[in-house]
Amino acid sequence: MRQALRHHLFWPVAALVVLVVANTIAKPSFLQVSVIDGHLFGAPIDILRAAAPLLLIALGMTLVIATRGIDLSVGAVVAVSGAVALEYISASPDPGSPVTVLVAVAIALGLSLLLGLWNGFLVTVLGIQPIIATLILMTAGRGVAMLITGGFITTVTSEPYKGLNSGFFLGLPSAVWIAVGLFVIVAVTVRRTALGMLLEATGINPAASRLAGVRSRTLTWTVYAAAGLFAGLAGILVSADTMAADANNAGIFIELDAILAVVIGGTALSGGKFNLSGTFAGVLVIATLERTVTVLGISPHVTPLFMALVVVTVTLLQSPRVRERFAVAALRRRPVSDVARGGAAQVSDDGAGAPASPGTEAPGPDIEQAPVPDAEPSAAPDDEKEVTR
Amino acid sequence: MLPRRGRTPEEPAAFEKGFNVTTQPVVELTGITVEFPPVTALAGVDFRLYPGEIHALMGENGAGKSTLIKALTGVYQTSSGTITVDGAEQRFSGPGDARAHGISTVYQEVNLCGNLTVAENIMLGAAEPRVLGGLHWRKMRRLAAQHLERMGLDIDPGSSLDSHSLAVQQLVAICRATVGDCKVLILDEPTSSLDADEVESLFAVMRRLKADGVAILFVSHFLDQVYAVSDRMTVLRNGGLVGEWATADLPAGELVKHMIGRSAQVLESVERGHDAVRPDAGEPRLQAIGLGRKGSIQPYDLDVYPGEVVGLAGLLGSGRTELARLLTGADRADSGGTVVEGAPRKLHTPRAAMAQGIAYTSEDRKGEGIVDGLTVRENIVLALQAERGWVRPLPRRQVDEIVAKYIDQLGIRPADPEALLRNLSGGNQQKVLLARWLATAPKLLVLDEPTRGIDVGAKAEIQKLVSELAGEGMSVVFISAELEEVLRLSHRIAVLRDRKVVATVDAEGTTTDQVVELIARGNVAEGDAA
Amino acid sequence: MTTTLSERATSGWVSALRPDRRYLPVLGTLAVLALMLVIGGTRYDNFLTPIVYSNLFINNAHLIALAVGMTFVILTGGIDLSVGSVLALSTVIIASLLQAGWPVAVVLPVAVLTGSLIGLAHGVMIQVFGVQPFVATLAGMFFARGLCFVIAPESIPIDDPAFTALAGWDSWMGHFRTTAAVVIALAVVVIGFVVLHYTRFGRTVYAIGGGEQSAMLMGLAVSRTKVLAYVVSGTCAALGGLLFAMGNRSGYALNGVAMELDAIAAVVIGGTLLTGGTGFVLGSLLGVLTLGTIQTVIQFEGNLSSWWTKIVIGVLLLIFVVLQRALSLRKT
Repeated sequence: MRQALRHHLFWPVAALVVLVVANTIAKPSFLQVSVIDGHLFGAPIDILRAAAPLLLIALGMTLVIATRGIDLSVGAVVAVSGAVALEYISASPDPGSPVTVLVAVAIALGLSLLLGLWNGFLVTVLGIQPIIATLILMTAGRGVAMLITGGFITTVTSEPYKGLNSGFFLGLPSAVWIAVGLFVIVAVTVRRTALGMLLEATGINPAASRLAGVRSRTLTWTVYAAAGLFAGLAGILVSADTMAADANNAGIFIELDAILAVVIGGTALSGGKFNLSGTFAGVLVIATLERTVTVLGISPHVTPLFMALVVVTVTLLQSPRVRERFAVAALRRRPVSDVARGGAAQVSDDGAGAPASPGTEAPGPDIEQAPVPDAEPSAAPDDEKEVTR
Repeated sequence: MLPRRGRTPEEPAAFEKGFNVTTQPVVELTGITVEFPPVTALAGVDFRLYPGEIHALMGENGAGKSTLIKALTGVYQTSSGTITVDGAEQRFSGPGDARAHGISTVYQEVNLCGNLTVAENIMLGAAEPRVLGGLHWRKMRRLAAQHLERMGLDIDPGSSLDSHSLAVQQLVAICRATVGDCKVLILDEPTSSLDADEVESLFAVMRRLKADGVAILFVSHFLDQVYAVSDRMTVLRNGGLVGEWATADLPAGELVKHMIGRSAQVLESVERGHDAVRPDAGEPRLQAIGLGRKGSIQPYDLDVYPGEVVGLAGLLGSGRTELARLLTGADRADSGGTVVEGAPRKLHTPRAAMAQGIAYTSEDRKGEGIVDGLTVRENIVLALQAERGWVRPLPRRQVDEIVAKYIDQLGIRPADPEALLRNLSGGNQQKVLLARWLATAPKLLVLDEPTRGIDVGAKAEIQKLVSELAGEGMSVVFISAELEEVLRLSHRIAVLRDRKVVATVDAEGTTTDQVVELIARGNVAEGDAA
Repeated sequence: MTTTLSERATSGWVSALRPDRRYLPVLGTLAVLALMLVIGGTRYDNFLTPIVYSNLFINNAHLIALAVGMTFVILTGGIDLSVGSVLALSTVIIASLLQAGWPVAVVLPVAVLTGSLIGLAHGVMIQVFGVQPFVATLAGMFFARGLCFVIAPESIPIDDPAFTALAGWDSWMGHFRTTAAVVIALAVVVIGFVVLHYTRFGRTVYAIGGGEQSAMLMGLAVSRTKVLAYVVSGTCAALGGLLFAMGNRSGYALNGVAMELDAIAAVVIGGTLLTGGTGFVLGSLLGVLTLGTIQTVIQFEGNLSSWWTKIVIGVLLLIFVVLQRALSLRKT
C-alpha cells in the first residue's frame, strides 16, 4: 500500500477515479461507449478528443520542464498556428482540396517550429530565464496572430481540414490518433533511447552535464523547438475543431492547463526527473474535470474553481511536508522502516558541503562511517556494526 | 595577551597553558545523543569549551562533527544529554536562538546575501540601528565600519557584498558573527576556500577574538592549520567521543590514528606512490603551446607524457584551475593551441577534449560534477553515453557490467547502482565521478582537487588510484591545495603564481619548502609580518 | 592585515565611486520612457500635455498597485500569477456588496482583506507545503476567477453614492488632474518604497532573493517574510481591484484577464530581475508608465491597431531582458 502511495501515478489516477465515479453517479451512462457507423461515441471518447490539444502541449511542456525550463508561449503559438493555416486556406482558390490543407498545415507547423526555435535561442544562446524568454512570445504572439487575421475571426469551410480533428479512423476521432499517437511515440523514444536520461541530467545539473560532454544546449534547444511544433499541431486541432481562427481566444490559458497537467502528473517544476505517464494522467484529470462540470450542470465559468481545488489537493498531497506526515504515521506502525529515506531526516557531516538544516538539501551523509537512515540491508555499510543502535 | 572576561583572575597560569579546567566552561555538553531512527548519529558525547580558547573539533566525515554543532545550535533535537551554557541548561530552538544566547556559527560557505550591502550583512537581523521604527542607514554603516575596523578590514560598508572576494566575504561573515554579545564562535571549515595569506589573516582575527575571551570552536580538514591555531582538540569517531587533548600533547600521527581508528597503512602505501618508475619520455601525450585566456591565465606551455602525473601547485586563484579548464575545453582559450599525440587539435569544448581522450573532474563537485538527482548507475555512464549521443543508448547489459566493475574497483558505498547520488558521501560521490571518466577510458585525466573535503580514508584510496592509473600508462594532471599531496603523487610539478606558470620542476628531490618558495617568491616574508 | 586585503579594499572603494550597477536597469527604463515621450512629443501635437500625463496615471492606477505588490514577490524570487483574478474578485465583491446595501466603510476593507487572505493562502502553500510559487498562485488565479463567477456572472454597476463620490474626487494642480485612485496608487508606491528600504521586513525580502538559505542562517525571519510578501501582493491586487472599480464604476468577473502579465512585464521592464534580490519599486512604477506610454502612443498613431500594443510590449520586454542579461554577463 505504501509502495502504491508513493508511486507518482497514484494521486493523479486517484483524482481521475474520483472524477469518473462522481460522473457515473450523476449520469450512470457516463462510461458507456457505443458504436455508431463503426465509430465509437460516448463521454470517454469526447473527453479524449477534447483533451487532444492539451495532450500535445503538455507533452512538449513536460520535456521543457525536465530541462528546468517552462514555455509560457504555447498558447500564443496555438493561436498563430491556427491563424496561419486558416488564413492560407481561406485565401486559396480551392479551400476543399487536400493539397491546400496539406500546404496550410506544413506552413503552420513550420512557423510553429520557428517560434519554438526562437524560444530555444533566447534560452540557450542568450541565456535568458525560460519564464521570461517565453513570456516575450506569450505577449507578442497573440498580437502577431491578430496581425495575421487582421483582427477578425477567420472562418473557413474545408472538409479535409475539419477531418483533421473530427474525422474518424479505425473507430476513433483523428484528433485522438494524432495526439495519443505522437504522445506514445515520443514517450517511447525518450525512454528507449538515452534522451530521457540526458534531459534529466541537463535539468538537474546543466554545468555538470556540459562537462560530461552532454550537448545540453542542443538538447534544450531541441526541446523548445519540439514544444513549439507540438503547440502548432495543437493549434491546427483547435482551429479544425471550430473551423475558426480566433487570435484572442484560441488556446488561451492552455499553457497554464498544460503546466498544471505536468504538475498533477508528479513532475516537479524545478526540473530533472520527469514522467510522461503522469502527464498523460494529469491531462485526463483536467479534461475529465471540465467535462464533469458540464455533466453536473454547473456553469463552465466556474470550472477554474474546481481546477484550483484539484491542483491544491494534488500538490498538497505531493508536498514533502505532507508526505513526511504519512511517513511518520507509517513509522509509528512499523518502527523500523525506510521512511527516513523520504527525506524526513538526514544525517549530515560532510565538511565539503553546504551547511544544512534538516529538510533542506544537505550534503550526502557519509555512508562509510556515518550511520545512515537507510534500513535496506543490501545497502548497509560494512562497518555498521560499530553504529550504536 | 590577557583575556578580558570569562575567567577569574585567580588562575592565570592554568589559563596560559590553554587548558583551563578550573574555570567554568562557557559551553558544556554532557552525554549528547542525537538519533535519526533507526540510527544514532551521536552517542553520548561530552564536550567542553572554555572562554578564551580555540578548540578544534576533529574527526573524519561522518564522525559527527556537524551533528554536534547542529545539536548545540538547536538545528537538531537531542534525544538525551544536556547542554549547559554559562552554567545554565539550555535547549535552543535554532541558530537564531543560539545566536541570541551568544553562540554564533560561521560556515564553510559564506552564508550572507551578496546583493545586500556589507553593512546590512553585518548588522541586519538583531543589531541594526533604528530611527522612527525604520532602519537608520547612516548609523548602520558607521557601526559596521567600526566592526570591520576591529577585524582589520578596510572596506566600504556601503558597497554590495558580492563586489568583494570570497576571503573578504568570509571575514565579513565572521564580523557579523561577533557583533553584539558573542561568547562562542563556531567556525565550521572556514578555511577551505581561502589561500595561505587569507588563512593567516583569519587566524590573526581568531587570535584577537580569543584574546577578547571568546571561545572558538574550529573545524578544519587541514591538520597543519589545526596545529597552528588551536589550544585543545576533541576527537570524534563514528558518532562517539574518542577523547580530548591539549593540542601540544597530541602529535599529528596520533591524532590521525584517533580519527580514523585504524592503522595508517593505507596512507603509508601511498607515501611511496611516485617513486614508481619515471615514465620514458618520447612523444608527449598532450602539449599546450602558449595556451591562455585573458583575465584567467597567461599563456603557458605544458607537456604531459604518457604515464606521467603532473601536479599543479599554487594558491587558490593562482590560475591552477583555469589552466586545467583550458586543457580540457571547459573554458575556451583565446590564444595558443594544443597538440595531442603529435597532431594539433582544438579543444574548445568538453566534448572536443573528450574526443581526444581527455577527461576533467571539476573542483566544484556539487556544482559541476555530480548530477545528484540521478542514480549511481546513470552518473557513471553519463559521459560515455553523452559521447555516443542520445540516439544510441548503451545496451543495458554493458551498462550493468561497467557499473558493477567500477563499484567494485573503487569501492563505492553503498554498492547499489540505483542509489541516488545525493545520498552518497562526498568521498563516494568523488569516486563515482572518477568512475564516470574512467569508463570513457581516457588517455589524460585532469583531476581538480579530487580529494578536497573528503575523509582521510577515501582520500588515500583516491591517491592510490592515481598512482596506479599512471602506472598503467594514463597521464594525469593533478591539482590540490595540499602541497604534500601534490609532491607525493606527481612526477613533475608546474608552479603557478598570479595566473602564470612560474616554474616546472621535477618532484623528485624537491621539497615542500622549495615549492612554497616558488609560489611565494616576492612576498616570502609576508606570513611573518602578519 | 595583509597587503592583499587592503589592496582589495581600495579596489572595492574605487568601484563604489563608479555609477552603481544596481541602478543601471532603472536608469535604462527612465531613458526609454523619456525617449518615448520625446518621440511622441515630436510626432504628435498635443502629446506632451498635462492631460496626457495625468491620464497616464489615471488609466494605470490599478496596474501601479499590482506592480508594487508583484515587486515584493519577485524580489523574493517568487511570482504571483493570481493578481489579475484577485483584482477581478475585488471588483466583484465591492460591486455586489454595495449592491446588497453594505456601507462603503465595511465593503472596502472586506474586499482588500479578501486579497490579503488569498495572499496568505499562497504564502502558506508555498512556505509550509513547499508548493512552487508558480503552481500555488496559478491555483489561486483559477480559484479567484472561479469565485468571481460564483458570486456574480454578470457585470454589476456601482451606484453607491459614497463610492461614486470617492471615485469621482479629483484635484487639479495647474493642468494636472489627480483622482483619488491616483493618490491611493502613489501612496502604495511610497509605502512600498519605505517598507522595502527602511524596514527589516523589506531588507529581508531582498535577502531572501539574494539567497534564501543564507538569509535563514543570518537569523532573518525567512518564513514569515516570504508569506508576508504574498500577503502584500494579494493586498495590493485587491487594492488594484478597488482602484479599477473606481475607474469603471462596476464589478465584473472578466476584469483584469491576463493583467498579471502586464504587472510582470511592468516589473521586469522596471529593472527587477525575476531571479529575485535586485530591483526597486520605483522601477516598477516607471515600468507601468512605460507600458501606459506605449498604449498612448498607439492611440495617438490612430491607424495602428490595438494589437500592436502587445507586439511592442513584447519587443520592449525582449530588449530589456537582453540588456539585463548583457549587463549581468559583464559583471561576471
